[in-house]
Amino acid sequence: MFLSFFKIGAFTIGGGYAMLPLMEQEFVEHKKWVDPVEIVDVFAVAQSLPGVIAINASIYIGYKVDRIRGALVAALGVILPSFLVILGIAAVLLKFQENLWVQKAFAGVRAGVTALILLSGIKLGKAILKNRAAWIIAVGAFLLLLVGKVQAVVVILSSGMVGLGMYIVRQRGKP
Amino acid sequence: MIYLELFGVFFKIGLFGFGGGYAMIPLLEGEISAHGWLPVREFADIVAISQMTPGPIMVNAATYIGYRVAGFLGSAIATFGVSLPSLVLVMLVALSIRVFKESVGVQGILYGIRPGTVGLIAAAVVFFARVSIIHQPELPPFRGTVGLDSIGLPGVSLVLPALGIFFIILLGSKRLGLKAIPAVILSALLGMALL
Repeated sequence: MFLSFFKIGAFTIGGGYAMLPLMEQEFVEHKKWVDPVEIVDVFAVAQSLPGVIAINASIYIGYKVDRIRGALVAALGVILPSFLVILGIAAVLLKFQENLWVQKAFAGVRAGVTALILLSGIKLGKAILKNRAAWIIAVGAFLLLLVGKVQAVVVILSSGMVGLGMYIVRQRGKP
Repeated sequence: MIYLELFGVFFKIGLFGFGGGYAMIPLLEGEISAHGWLPVREFADIVAISQMTPGPIMVNAATYIGYRVAGFLGSAIATFGVSLPSLVLVMLVALSIRVFKESVGVQGILYGIRPGTVGLIAAAVVFFARVSIIHQPELPPFRGTVGLDSIGLPGVSLVLPALGIFFIILLGSKRLGLKAIPAVILSALLGMALL
């Protein structure tokens, strides 16, 4: 378990969302610790709470798998790679950044990761967007964030409220 | 005492920093200048480097600043401080979701939050595409921010090669079953070759 999270910490460049494809592959497809719907809950919670998104998500999954011990192992695993890398290069840090090849490699990673996030999004979307209400909330959240420039945490909380309303109405409608 | 001070500052950032990475940077910047730990120029460099090294930006920043201010122990304390609020809060939320899973409240909220998060992921794709392929930097204007403008020849557009990398990874993952970590490594190599 430590190794799984260590891998994710080591290969995530660019924070929060770049981690999604790796987590989805490792924890949903490979280890089957969480199902595709739950991984979306993990992201929602990780983004709605304060703190580092990657750490929040890891703690959530770790806690689910093995309670407090799992949470601690997960947090340590995801933190350690960046901790070690930064300590290792702290002395030569300012030179590293100016290296042209390093910049090219990371620009390449960003373009590639865009494709990976798109694929994860499609996969999770298929698991979750199963009725019209879900589509309306998803499109609404997308537009609020992108066009309305509303903060992610506000978007998540309002979709929760809208969902609660819709859910109650739907329950009442049932005989 | 410097260790306590480091812990306090990073704990505060972990507790009040909503929205992850970039959203937390202004908070950190305020604390750093208030304490006079680093010159502003060096702070901008840390942000740039954090974007280029693996792992969460705030962990990178905490490690580096802690190290510069108080050596190895400082870096460990700063990183611990920024993670501690998450540990407590996330476990509380995970626990309450598990306990109240069947309640109408939790069911209803999840009913909305799940598709809402799918919408956010879609927005993240657009955001990443703008920054890394089409290149309209929306990131904070720190020196050295890795946009496409800092590499390649002046006046030569990198949109096509970046788009090429995007499609190679897209097809490789979709059709050939390329895994995420090999895909990240391949993108780095392609970036060196094409950009």
